[in-house]
Amino acid sequence: MIDFQKSQVPVLRPGFRLQWEPIQNSHVLLYPEGMVKLNESAAQVLLLIDGERQIKGIIDSLSDRFPNVPGLDEDILAFIEVANAQHWIQVR
Amino acid sequence: MHNTGSRSADSPLVAEQGPPLWLLAELTYRCPLQCPYCSNPLEFANHKDELTTAQWVDVFTQARALGAAQLGFSGGEPLVRDDLVELIGAARELGFYTNLITSGMGLTEQKINAFKQAGLDHIQISFQASDAEINNLLAGSRKAFEQKLAMARAVKAAGYPMVLNFVTHRHNIDEIEKIIELCLALEADFVELATCQYYGWAHLNRAGLLPTKAQLDHAETVTQRYRLKLAAENHPCKLILVTPDYYEERPKGCMNGWGNIFLSITPDGTALPCHSARQLPVSFPNVTAHSLSHIWYDSFGFNRFRGYEWMSEPCRSCDEKEKDFGGCRCQAYMLTGDATQADPVCSKSPHHDKILAARSEAELPQPPIEVLTFRNERTSRIICKG
Repeated sequence: MIDFQKSQVPVLRPGFRLQWEPIQNSHVLLYPEGMVKLNESAAQVLLLIDGERQIKGIIDSLSDRFPNVPGLDEDILAFIEVANAQHWIQVR
Repeated sequence: MHNTGSRSADSPLVAEQGPPLWLLAELTYRCPLQCPYCSNPLEFANHKDELTTAQWVDVFTQARALGAAQLGFSGGEPLVRDDLVELIGAARELGFYTNLITSGMGLTEQKINAFKQAGLDHIQISFQASDAEINNLLAGSRKAFEQKLAMARAVKAAGYPMVLNFVTHRHNIDEIEKIIELCLALEADFVELATCQYYGWAHLNRAGLLPTKAQLDHAETVTQRYRLKLAAENHPCKLILVTPDYYEERPKGCMNGWGNIFLSITPDGTALPCHSARQLPVSFPNVTAHSLSHIWYDSFGFNRFRGYEWMSEPCRSCDEKEKDFGGCRCQAYMLTGDATQADPVCSKSPHHDKILAARSEAELPQPPIEVLTFRNERTSRIICKG
């Protein structure tokens, strides 16, 4: 596992696309010949990954929207590590 | 819209059948190559009709409304369709993730860029081997290999993610290290080391293609070594080794279940639950006569092997049937003459001796590549009288 700094900027890997699928009632991550159905919290993080926002900005944004969730920043960092290890995203 | 003789109106629905998620559009059976392991049906030369641009766009629109999100443009060689840019544009506009599955023959930088502008998401190029000579021999084209290399470089230069697909078999699988090195040098994002699956022309040529167990073990060892190396470097390339199920003791859960998530449309509009199902003695519906919704949920062909009622023993009472669905219906039919049998790959199948015999055969010297039956129209007509 890599310890990311909160000033780092994640970006979706080229060719990967996040998309809402009404029939599946969920967000999915689409990539060459593959599709991952995302749970709600994973989708909320990925939706904020735009190649410009720092990890800190993602945490702040979600903390504002979900103020009473304990350990939110650890959860977000953990997901970013997983998404990076899966090569869904790159972190710069 | 007449019905396809599926079931009476009051018969129960198959338990909450989900939508098709993958659409494979086999745009044409035309192809400049003659690979002896082609998965197209042996009688492809008898199916000359192709859906029009408008008919394909209608298929995409219906499939998207049902829930399909992944779309593969395949064939034959999809590049021979001169409306490909239009089809890509329409599919992308509908929200599909669009995959072009090509041999690279006929691809140019201009086309690569035009497809990008139309919204194409990804290009997969198939190679026949890492060595120019064997590649050209297999593809039946001298210029094939250089063209593929040039196009793989152009695909990456245009910013696409790229899958390289190497079909492996007894004549090239020992070169797996060279194959992987070539893919890494070309900056592939995904590498499919796909050992032939024995359908269509590959079944016809099986003895000349099936690797030995030792060859397969070697390929697995080398692939695993590279996987560990790539992981240690945090390298994004993923190696996918598809092994031939002839060396398994349990069958694959083919297509994730019959008519479960996958929908294939052939050049003439015949809808299939998998791309080799056309050979089965089952009547399949055509998109020119029926809606995709009817085809997917109600047609006889798509319901034929859903659920477990169709199974015979040993599958019927097997506690693994929910995992592998009895294996592949096409393989059961090809090897036993009865599509309701267990896939003979399963060691519980009374026909497993067919698989054991093929393994033994693989240990014997086999004919060289030159004498395999190459996939072309002339041979197709000789094998299958129209």
